Amino acid sequence: MCLGIPGEIVEIKAGRDDLAIVDVVGVRRAVNIGLLGQDQVGIGDWVLVHVGFAMSKIDEAEAAATLTLLNGLGQAYTDELQALAESDIT
Amino acid sequence: MRFVDEYRDADRAQTLAAQIAALCEPGRQYKFMEVCGGHTHTIYKHGIEDYLPENVSLVHGPGCPVCVIPMGRVDDAIAIAHEPGVILTAFGDMMRVPGGSGSFFDAKAAGADIRMVYSPLDALKIARTNPDRRVVFMAIGFETTSPSTAMTVLRAAAEGIGNFSVFCNHVTILPAIKAILDSPDLRLDGFLGPGHVSTVIGCRPYEFIARDYGKPLVCAGFEPLDLLQSVLMLLRQLAEGRCEVENQYTRVVPWDGNPRAIEAIGQVMRLRPYFEWRGLGFISHSALRMRDEYAAFDAERLFDVPGVRVADPKACQCGEVLKGVLKPWECKVFGTACTPETPIGTCMVSSEGACAAYYNFGRFTRQRLTEAVRV
Amino acid sequence: MTTERTADWAERAVAEAEALTGRESGRLSPEQQVLARIERARRRRPRIRESRVTLAHGAGGKATRTLVEGIFVEAFRNPTLEALDDAAVLRPNVDRLAFTTDSYVVSPLFFPGGDIGDLAVNGTVNDLAVSGARPLYLAAGFILEEGFPVADLQRITASMAAAARHAGVQVVTGDTKVVQRGKADGCYVNTAGIGLLERPVTLGTGHVRPGDAIIVSGPIGDHGVTVMLARGELDIEADLVSDTAPLHGLVAALLDAAPGVRLLRDATRGGVATVLNEVAQAAEVAVVLDEAAVPVRPAVTGACELLGIDPLYVACEGRFVAVVDGAQAEAAVAALRRHPLGEDASVIGHVTADPPGIVLLRTAFGGTRVVDLLVGDPLPRIC
Repeated sequence: MCLGIPGEIVEIKAGRDDLAIVDVVGVRRAVNIGLLGQDQVGIGDWVLVHVGFAMSKIDEAEAAATLTLLNGLGQAYTDELQALAESDIT
Repeated sequence: MRFVDEYRDADRAQTLAAQIAALCEPGRQYKFMEVCGGHTHTIYKHGIEDYLPENVSLVHGPGCPVCVIPMGRVDDAIAIAHEPGVILTAFGDMMRVPGGSGSFFDAKAAGADIRMVYSPLDALKIARTNPDRRVVFMAIGFETTSPSTAMTVLRAAAEGIGNFSVFCNHVTILPAIKAILDSPDLRLDGFLGPGHVSTVIGCRPYEFIARDYGKPLVCAGFEPLDLLQSVLMLLRQLAEGRCEVENQYTRVVPWDGNPRAIEAIGQVMRLRPYFEWRGLGFISHSALRMRDEYAAFDAERLFDVPGVRVADPKACQCGEVLKGVLKPWECKVFGTACTPETPIGTCMVSSEGACAAYYNFGRFTRQRLTEAVRV
Repeated sequence: MTTERTADWAERAVAEAEALTGRESGRLSPEQQVLARIERARRRRPRIRESRVTLAHGAGGKATRTLVEGIFVEAFRNPTLEALDDAAVLRPNVDRLAFTTDSYVVSPLFFPGGDIGDLAVNGTVNDLAVSGARPLYLAAGFILEEGFPVADLQRITASMAAAARHAGVQVVTGDTKVVQRGKADGCYVNTAGIGLLERPVTLGTGHVRPGDAIIVSGPIGDHGVTVMLARGELDIEADLVSDTAPLHGLVAALLDAAPGVRLLRDATRGGVATVLNEVAQAAEVAVVLDEAAVPVRPAVTGACELLGIDPLYVACEGRFVAVVDGAQAEAAVAALRRHPLGEDASVIGHVTADPPGIVLLRTAFGGTRVVDLLVGDPLPRIC
């Protein structure tokens, strides 16, 4: 369940405080942002879209942190592999 | 696609896979249940199991809100659809689910006006533009989707739309997890938590799993790297002797969930005393119905639903497959009476059900497929 | 306030007749003038006066003739058709003919990038093209709903005429039926096509073997997603147009450059995945695809992600899949890319021996999955 796709808010509908247009690589759909509140999101923010509703605002700092972690794992592991290869435990 | 492609990077996957392998105790079998059907889908779509060592297996849990709908409820919806002037609206997932006498597609062929929608708001729009028809929305889904139904009902009430109602089949995830945990033949080492349900309920509600049942849970995102990282976090907990709830999907899941969403659900719906889950039987306080204040939008009160229970054939062993006790191919009717074209039980009904996923994909050994692909 | 009004159509008929009368010369007797006038009127291409198709238009009599001459013959304009015989007599001078038929029931009838008329011509042309034939003649059968706007029919026919000219084919025979209001969803079209097999090439699954390359002629899924969005039920907007196009020129370019083409298939209903499953099963080989190599426009990806659909199963109307001798893959792609319709042609996979009858995908993520035959159409999902 739970098909949720990240999309960027490109427009807030005038006259409605709960409707925005969200863009997903050029595809646009009206999305209800009532679950987030207008004070929470604005144009340029990214949200997770599920069945026409924005469920959560994407925390870009956390996203970057996750990626850094994933990258860091890589480097740390490669270093470790190298260290292991260079050492001799006999 | 931003926030998607970065988490599908194959190079990062290689290092994660190595880390995962390094954390496994040799000779020990690890079984993690991914609760959410969306996770099952990701696992198969991207071929994630190729990155897991032989001794780590992912078990597909009951997190498919479509699969767990009893056949009788499908029949009820079809009965409503056949009432004069009714337009039944439903998500695409529902169209092929067989009831006691056929699916929504079959009912449509027999003359019922059943339309597919992407959002409950689209169903409301149909009601608005067809004032002489009665529009019923077949509401399904876990807590990810219930707030959307609730918000739509609130909007209908605010606009005074009198020809819109909801046939509510929303279910809640925790009782299903608890049913799995309480089963005597449980063999799980941990859980991959449903990332999008958690955008609504947060991570706090899972604490009882670690505290009372001693199983770790990592709330996982839906991209391949999210899943691999979550498996790694579970293995790390086990290796370090920890047992707690962790959040891997921090970019989207707040620990405390979405208070507005929870409030919307609570305003419009309340828990049913019990509800039947296909494959798991009756579970108390596991599903939602419309509150009395919103009776005008409750299809169950506006229409006469037959309410006849349709039992799965006795040969069906979905319950055991759902709990991770049986592998799909170990079910006696798997692949013979029960196939994706003629699904006998819940595990075969949706493409994310354990049996459907295995039928479509697992007919071949991983070895054979990997060799075929490597040229 | 008037309680009386004139009938506009009658007034117009009188005015037109008077305009004609003015052209008569004074050489003929009054009676001959009247008879000549009637002769001229009968010989003139009839014009449709009604704004909507009625059951009379399908009855076979005068109204049908008016419809056929006023709309179809007018648009398609060729001597064979104008004879309006029960059958078109053709004189192909080849040993082998390719013959195909398809029915077109698309909804909505008009969508970004084309309409049912474009599909009706291009679709049948393409079936002939991928058989290695030069498309030449089409038959067109129309089933119209009572009440269908004549303007829409003219628009569809104009599209078909333009598509036919573009593809170098003639509509040489046809049929029209009108059914009661509520049936036929406006307009259904069937086209059958004949093409000449002038090339000695034989194409078919029997020629497919391990080591062959799988090539797709351009980005996939454009048509199916465009039509799905055009229905308006999903309230999704995207800058997408249908990819409907005649492929005979592109096919010719390919066959000229790469004689080792085993098989061509146009990827319509069910998309590329369905075509490849059919090939894998018929040839008893495995097809292994490389997800990263499959060309898909970002908007198609976005719409499919949003709806939970796999582009591999989405229909195209201007793309073909080619199975080509692996050694000629590069030359084949180069030839396709030189043609405007093949700019994004790519090798997307190859054929292996095992496991037979199966299509596999190496995901961009580096995993493997099976691309099975769908049970029914791809449907949007929430899960």
